Amino acid sequence: MLMTISLLMENKPGALMRVTGLLSQRGYNIESLTVARTLDPTLSRMTITVDVDAKQRAQVIKQMNKPVNVLQATDLTDAPAVLREMVLLRVRATMENRTAILKEAEIFGARVVDSSVEGFALEATGDSEKLEEFIAVMETYGEIEVTRSGMVAVSLEAKKLRLAPPIPKAHGEPAVPR
Amino acid sequence: MSNTMNGARILLECLGREGVDVIFGYPGGVTLPLYDVMYDHPIRHVLVRHEENACFAASGYARATGKVGVACATSGPGATNLTTGLVDCMMDSIPIVALTGQVSSKLIGSDAFQEADTFGITRSATKHNYLVRDIKELADTVHEAFHIASSGRPGPVLIDITKDVLQGQVHYTPIHEIHLPGYKVVTDGHAGQIRRAAQMMWEARRPYVYAGGGIIAAGAHQELRELVETLDAPTVCTLMGLGALPGSHPNFISMPGMHGSYASNMGMSDCDLLIALGVRFDDRVTGRLASFAPHAKVVHVDIDPAEIGKNRTADLPIVGDAKKVLSKMVRVLRELEPEMAGAHAEDRRAWWRQVRGWQEEHPLEPVFSPDEIKPQHLMHEINRISDGKAIVSTDVGQHQMWAAQFIRFDEPRLWLSSGGLGSMGFGLPAAVGAQMAHPDKTVFCVVGDGGFQMALPEVATLANQGLPVKVIIMNNGYLGMVRQWQDLFYQSRLSAVQIEAFPNIELLAAAYGIRGRIVDKPSELAGALKEAMETPGPFLLDVHVTPFENVYPMVPAGAAINEMVLAPPKPVPVPAK
Ligand SMILES: Cc1ncc(C[n+]2csc(CCOP(=O)(O)OP(=O)(O)O)c2C)c(N)n1
Ligand SMILES: [Mg+2]
Repeated sequence: MLMTISLLMENKPGALMRVTGLLSQRGYNIESLTVARTLDPTLSRMTITVDVDAKQRAQVIKQMNKPVNVLQATDLTDAPAVLREMVLLRVRATMENRTAILKEAEIFGARVVDSSVEGFALEATGDSEKLEEFIAVMETYGEIEVTRSGMVAVSLEAKKLRLAPPIPKAHGEPAVPR
Repeated sequence: MSNTMNGARILLECLGREGVDVIFGYPGGVTLPLYDVMYDHPIRHVLVRHEENACFAASGYARATGKVGVACATSGPGATNLTTGLVDCMMDSIPIVALTGQVSSKLIGSDAFQEADTFGITRSATKHNYLVRDIKELADTVHEAFHIASSGRPGPVLIDITKDVLQGQVHYTPIHEIHLPGYKVVTDGHAGQIRRAAQMMWEARRPYVYAGGGIIAAGAHQELRELVETLDAPTVCTLMGLGALPGSHPNFISMPGMHGSYASNMGMSDCDLLIALGVRFDDRVTGRLASFAPHAKVVHVDIDPAEIGKNRTADLPIVGDAKKVLSKMVRVLRELEPEMAGAHAEDRRAWWRQVRGWQEEHPLEPVFSPDEIKPQHLMHEINRISDGKAIVSTDVGQHQMWAAQFIRFDEPRLWLSSGGLGSMGFGLPAAVGAQMAHPDKTVFCVVGDGGFQMALPEVATLANQGLPVKVIIMNNGYLGMVRQWQDLFYQSRLSAVQIEAFPNIELLAAAYGIRGRIVDKPSELAGALKEAMETPGPFLLDVHVTPFENVYPMVPAGAAINEMVLAPPKPVPVPAK
């Protein structure tokens, strides 16, 4: 099944490598992964979709919480959350079907981001199912090219972020030079 | 004194403040600034003969003391040579900090001479790793590394430091606080869960304690003993947990798993409550997981939440530090004892009779022969000398399993063995680390004739440092454990397992300027060991044992652990070759 994880991580070098490395090391298949800074530029938010056995979900979350730089990994699969994906799509249009394409785009709430004699570039957001339909419909008009962003998600619950407090370092004396 | 110093000195300053007294390492181009500061620094440096062994020695030091071991290597090949040792520490949760040099910041990414992506390569080989490119981050990083290595579930941490950081100058002020907001370690254990666990323990008719390396890592051996005695439960210690409960303790059964004793494995299979403490239900212990401890409810205590439910679902999970959790658990057990202990007293006596019956039915007994030194005989002799008190490092293979079966450990941190990774070449450097930590303790290094040769260069370290390690080579002429599997599962088609051209140990020892002896007669074994013990300094004892002995009991791959093969299934074959 597809599991959606929202992960908050310190924005340090190698952060993405740690997460993707861990996923592949544990044998979890990444379906999509998006990452960007948060309002606090020292942190990154990732939304990860993985294809795993339903029984494994708890273990996946525990593993994702393990890296030292991860502040919080949450399973959004069944939680109240909004999940969205964006698709950028180029479709070849003939003089005859231009209007039909635009009509169809409007139904899906897609925006025209570029228009030329050859066709259109369209932008649509939505859940994956809706976007798949959109893509399928556009395909009927002719040759298309598609880039999908991968899922981004926001939890609708305020989940308290628990952070570890600073750790005092009680030191011994420095070693004395001989 | 001016507090402006170079990165190399800051590094050693921080190591000193972390209590480091010895570094196991090997120098190179980019670590020159570091070795220059080491030249007259009080922290000792032990020159190993291969970087892998720097990690193994640091690991041996850490295993024998509980302190963080430190290994050091140069960039490129030095760093890549560390990886096996890092993974070994990762698998066995051993706290070490590895320091590697890296090419200068401005050269990173240019395929510079001896540049390797150490940070990327060691990502999965470490609990955490760092690349320091800014000297201002160095001190914090070092203290963070020590904290991460030694707290929670311990493990290896690597710090890759660019040459310009080692050389650069900065004003140094000691660090008093570190910030690791995402690093949350739960140590206390849920009080309600602990109480429920204690109740389950008194409610059980056939309780069984399964204790592992986590007990030793947490220093919870005393608490374990109190728990075991309060409950009067039979107890097995895993390969990583040997010594967690004294081997001479009446409740100690032995080691469970693939080469565990009959009683250990039968107990696991028949208990109704498995009290799993600091263990990870490794496949070498559980055998076929679906048939493991089929009648048991499981109480699982571990500091790493990801271990709970990973392989076996826990009926009662407790995340916490074993020392804290067990001491509370013992208190609750004692509090409940008057009202609850009586309920199943009769069943529990029957359970003990059952376990004792299994022990008598198939005891782990050494084998002797008048003509050949049996491997078990050798371990029996080492055990006699050690008397539960010596440090024993092993390599990986048959000798390791016989050593685990026949050598008793009455304290934790005496038994040093590569458990999770099963890495050959571990035994000798681990003994170097342990003997450096405990100059006055007896350290045996029990190795196979294969593994000894993998770590052979470290004989020079022994000689060089004058470390009185007693290296006992169990020489069966084969990569014995692999031969055993070819023997049992591949119709004795012995392929690439015979060790030919093994060096003459007496000559070899002499070449290194140390003492050595070959022994092949059972009647001379005790005397040879005595000579090794009485000789000051290192000693190489090459013990020629029966070549075709197999380790039993054995749980074949994929079998349940109560489906043990107890004795050779057929006359031991002697191949024509
Ligand atoms: C680095 C490494 N390579 C290969 C193996 C596979 N292996 C496991 S046991 C063994 C045989 C070890 O032979 P020896 O050191 O003579 O010990 P014995 O089994 O004979 O006691 C081998 C090759 C390993 N565990 N580690
Ligand atoms: Mg051998």
